[in-house]
Amino acid sequence: MSTATTPTPARRPASRSRLPLGGKLGPQPLGLLLAAPYVLFLAAVMAWPLLQAVWISFHDYFFTAPTAVVEHPFVGFENYVTAVTDPQVRQSFVNIAVFLVINVPLTAILSLVLASALNRVVRFASVFRVAFYVPYVTASVSLIGVWMLLFSSDGLVNTILGPLAPDPSWLVNSSLAMPSIALYVTWKQLGFYILLYLAALQNIPKELYESASMDGAGAIARFRHVTVPGVRSVTALVLILAIITGANLFTEPYLLTNGGGPDGASTSPVLLIYQKGIQQTNPDVASAIGVLLVIGIGLLSMLAARAGKED
Amino acid sequence: MTLSRRTFATAALATPIAATALAACGNGGGGGGAEAQSSRGPVTIWLSNNEQELAWGKAAVEAWNKDHADEQVTAQEIPAGQSSEEAITAAITAGTTPDLIFNISTAAAPAWVQQGGLVDLSTFEDGASYIEERTGADVAKGFADADGKYYLLPWKSNPVMVMYNKDLFEKAGLDPEKPGMDTFEGFLAGCRKIVESGAAKSAIWPAPTSEFFQSWFDFYPLYLAQTGGTQLVEDGKATFADEDGLAVANFWAQIYSEGLAPQEASTDDAMAKQATAMQAAGPWAIASYKDSFALGLMPVPTAEAKDPSEITTYADSKNVSMFTTSKNQATAWDFLKFATSEEQDGAFLETSGQMPLRTDLVTTYADYFTDHPEYADFADQASRVVDVPNVPNSIEVWQAFRDQYSSSVIFAKSDVESALQAAAEKIDQLVAE
Repeated sequence: MSTATTPTPARRPASRSRLPLGGKLGPQPLGLLLAAPYVLFLAAVMAWPLLQAVWISFHDYFFTAPTAVVEHPFVGFENYVTAVTDPQVRQSFVNIAVFLVINVPLTAILSLVLASALNRVVRFASVFRVAFYVPYVTASVSLIGVWMLLFSSDGLVNTILGPLAPDPSWLVNSSLAMPSIALYVTWKQLGFYILLYLAALQNIPKELYESASMDGAGAIARFRHVTVPGVRSVTALVLILAIITGANLFTEPYLLTNGGGPDGASTSPVLLIYQKGIQQTNPDVASAIGVLLVIGIGLLSMLAARAGKED
Repeated sequence: MTLSRRTFATAALATPIAATALAACGNGGGGGGAEAQSSRGPVTIWLSNNEQELAWGKAAVEAWNKDHADEQVTAQEIPAGQSSEEAITAAITAGTTPDLIFNISTAAAPAWVQQGGLVDLSTFEDGASYIEERTGADVAKGFADADGKYYLLPWKSNPVMVMYNKDLFEKAGLDPEKPGMDTFEGFLAGCRKIVESGAAKSAIWPAPTSEFFQSWFDFYPLYLAQTGGTQLVEDGKATFADEDGLAVANFWAQIYSEGLAPQEASTDDAMAKQATAMQAAGPWAIASYKDSFALGLMPVPTAEAKDPSEITTYADSKNVSMFTTSKNQATAWDFLKFATSEEQDGAFLETSGQMPLRTDLVTTYADYFTDHPEYADFADQASRVVDVPNVPNSIEVWQAFRDQYSSSVIFAKSDVESALQAAAEKIDQLVAE
């Protein structure tokens, strides 16, 4: 093991002498070159539009034909004030908080439990993995059609529940619309997170499970003291991804609850951004909502990342 | 030339050749300018992806191109998008609009004028006179902006009436020829019979969803009928927070509270599946349903009985606009007149069953309506139609109305009268901006 590190200091001067910029650009300047296309892609497709959205959010802005040169005066926080004083915007952030409270923990718990179970399955393992992954790769529009049939007033779910069926029904019930969407998204995304956990589970040394068994740990104790700590870094990733995708919720309230209904109970911030920015041509206020959402997602993701750090 | 949002909008609305001037003062990106108005050459038009409209459009273009070798017209479908309005907004912003689009919603036009995307057709020598002569001055003026300028040529309408399934009416014990549902009271009584008899699980099924345009097919036609054609906003003020608006809103609230219409959207075509006995519909519905069931039509109801010949309804029109990117506006204007001529309107009616927005429709195309009597009711109704008001922030205005309407009328979460008042106050602010 100790011999592996000794040759490195001897090789570094040689590489520096071959590449004159090597010193300024770090030990692997070729790496920068290889990463450059993706960095440029990110800058053009992600960073630039984000910066532009921030700029728009501080100006009086609306879309115009390119032949018209229009003044966009700086308005300070006016668009942010308009956004946060709008009851619909406030309700949309509450709605998305409800969604995240249900969706994120459920996603992390169910995907870990199911991945652990799948990891132990020997026969038909591939069949089960594909079965969980299929909803993730299926177009949301077609799946939503199925859920609408299942959860409509006369749908299969209410038929089975009989007198226990909620009234009004799931998707037109102010208290149940957002939880229904959260359940749908959890189910749809589960396959992807199961795959992440499966990869992590296969990296946990079997010896740890054997040692725990020899120490008398049962299945639950092994799961709690070996599996959960063993996939902690992936759990952080799952939480961050679930928060980001969840906070960007659009298709489901747009289609499943027909535009954020009933009475705005499932309106998400991104749906409002679409309505205000594209339909109502107020991109300045829409950008302000977008920036607030980015800040919120960033803070939540930081918390999730911190929770995932090793002690 | 640099303009702020408000002065830009004002300039676009107030200057006689605002749209073309805006194009001229810009930084390139596609034609426009005063010289464009007299320029001739090839033009491009966009049509909706409706099969019949495309068929008519291609035939009209072919007929034009035969006689205009130097002014060829190319027809294309509107690019795919969430809606044609979004595709057009994006095209205006990118400067990639064609010369003409034959699918312009009245509600979307004010924002496009503000964007500097549309040409004021009144600036053509015979612009206003042609539009008013073809459509009738009274109807045409409903499509003009507050200053009387025509950024839209009113093209065709789908007058909203109540379509019903005669078989289900008979099953419910209603006379399918004279159902007696012309008043709110009579309509409610008929609805109760339909649901209580089990003929259909719902009497009527308007989309109870939150999109801004849904009120055009529940509240608005009845409000226009009730008031004799008062638009949602007139003279810069919301009109509906009054006795008439309240009567219409309370009528629909009762429909929902008694379970005569569902609070959730249909997962299928409710009319085709006979899950509902009635639906607000335009002439397009005849082709869709005539082979499925015996189809009846009646005007939308009012609080007190009115003669059907006095009923005004929602036009559900689509119009034609010229875009400031057009480099050959003289040709575009001539083609627009050709495509909306008596001959081409007749061809359009024949192909699509939709009603050209022109005067004396029934007499001009008497032969067509003799051969197709099922369209005669719509043709008669087409002379008494009103569209959405041409006001600033139009989409926001309708969304504000829909939000309050959904809350109070459909889901009974708030008091109807207070909701109408709240919507009116917000709309007054939006229109004044």
